[in-house]
Amino acid sequence: MAETEFEPRIIAFLCNWCTYTGADLAGTSRIQYPPNIRIIRLMCSGGLDPVYVVKALLEGADGVLIGGCHPGDCHYQSGNYKARRRVAILQSILEQMGFDPDRVWLRWISASEGQYFADTVTEFVAALKEKGPNPLKGVGAI
Amino acid sequence: MIETTISASEGTLQGIQGLLRSLMEKGVVEALQVPMRLPGNGIAPMLVTDITALDRADPLAPVLPINGARAASQLTMTGNPKKLGLVLRACEIRALVELVKFQQVSLENAIIIGIDCLGTYPLSNDRRVDDRWAETLLAGAVTGDIQPEEGLEFREACRICEQPIPEGEHVALTIGLVGVEEGHLYLKAREDVAEALGLEAGEPPSGRAAAVDKLIAARTEARDAAFAEFRERVSSMEGLLREFAACIRCHNCMINCPICYCRECIFRTPTFEHESSLYFQWAERKGTVRMMPDMLIFHLTRLNHMVTSCVGCGICTQACPMDIPVGTIFRAVGQKAQAIFDYHPGRSLEEAAPVQEFREDELTTLGER
Repeated sequence: MAETEFEPRIIAFLCNWCTYTGADLAGTSRIQYPPNIRIIRLMCSGGLDPVYVVKALLEGADGVLIGGCHPGDCHYQSGNYKARRRVAILQSILEQMGFDPDRVWLRWISASEGQYFADTVTEFVAALKEKGPNPLKGVGAI
Repeated sequence: MIETTISASEGTLQGIQGLLRSLMEKGVVEALQVPMRLPGNGIAPMLVTDITALDRADPLAPVLPINGARAASQLTMTGNPKKLGLVLRACEIRALVELVKFQQVSLENAIIIGIDCLGTYPLSNDRRVDDRWAETLLAGAVTGDIQPEEGLEFREACRICEQPIPEGEHVALTIGLVGVEEGHLYLKAREDVAEALGLEAGEPPSGRAAAVDKLIAARTEARDAAFAEFRERVSSMEGLLREFAACIRCHNCMINCPICYCRECIFRTPTFEHESSLYFQWAERKGTVRMMPDMLIFHLTRLNHMVTSCVGCGICTQACPMDIPVGTIFRAVGQKAQAIFDYHPGRSLEEAAPVQEFREDELTTLGER
């Protein structure tokens, strides 16, 4: 039997007002993008505790996408700036703990950027195929 | 600030006890939080309102059972009715400063009294404070070449601590020992405290600067070596798993951490008590599930939540029954995470902790394609 190609699994945490709506626009505009993404909608990227990102990675997600409004556009004024700091800290920690920090992507995608959302998912899937599966996948001893 | 050197001819500890008594007598404070000898020569920070009890005060005892900033939180958070002096080491003061920022300590009716830290030993129930210990350390402090008592080792946090001297405007009174001739105490006091104590401005001891530099240089070297070792050990996924392999998920490191103050900590909720069937579901997927589970997520999440404020007191390592070098891991990881924001935990009450603020013009490439 032919070996099936590795299909990365991405968990996405998207803010309600910008990136989730952007994803919705991609759908209603019938823009095609790879089906490797599982979306969790949040009210704001600033409401995302890193514990959920860590949980996704420890459970074997190959990548985590965090989507928020462009800087200056947060519907709660400053949530995305707070998210940006948290992601900077998270990536620093992951890198120092021997885990590829580039499996976590933060992207600012607005409600009108359906195409950019689709492109981002496409790029992320390609990047993860390059990296291969999350080394923690299937590790029970965590 | 006023600097001066006073005589402690009756002995360093007795000199310090006398100074603490004057603080109470002169009304600078009405109560003290200070490490005290317990029956049997244990040590614990105690709240002292009876001045006659101060002959058991021992801020020189080279042990740190808990980080005193946690005690200070309990004593001040809901308003201390008496003016309180907090006698603390440098790492405790740094933790205290972080807790003030997180509104867990109030300095409204309290002052910080810092003391040079000469290093601390691990302490267990069968190891009691020994008078010789402080004497050995004080002898080394004169030149800044402080070595542990023969047969003992400092806690790793102390071996790699390059900030043993209390620093900052928030310290109302510093009791200096490093670079100070035996039989003397170097004092650095805020004007109002100096006036109340009747201290005249004088000279710092001639050898102090050089001795402090020497101590800090040796500690910095040890720190860099320990960080390099850690980075070598945990350079891969396997290294990370090995580092925490012995963890029994008791949460002692978190419970004793002065920075981990959250009352609604996710790890103290039923969030991680799962339905029995879920463990089996995980096992089906992975083949095996470690019990108790959620070990690594605990450490990684704690790192995310508080590493930018980690002051390196190493109480987590001391509290770990499995000898995992939690403190060194957090300090090493913290060094880089704090550098992103050019943040130094505990340095100043004026700067907000990284998780408390943001700047619009920072990290601008993050989030962009």
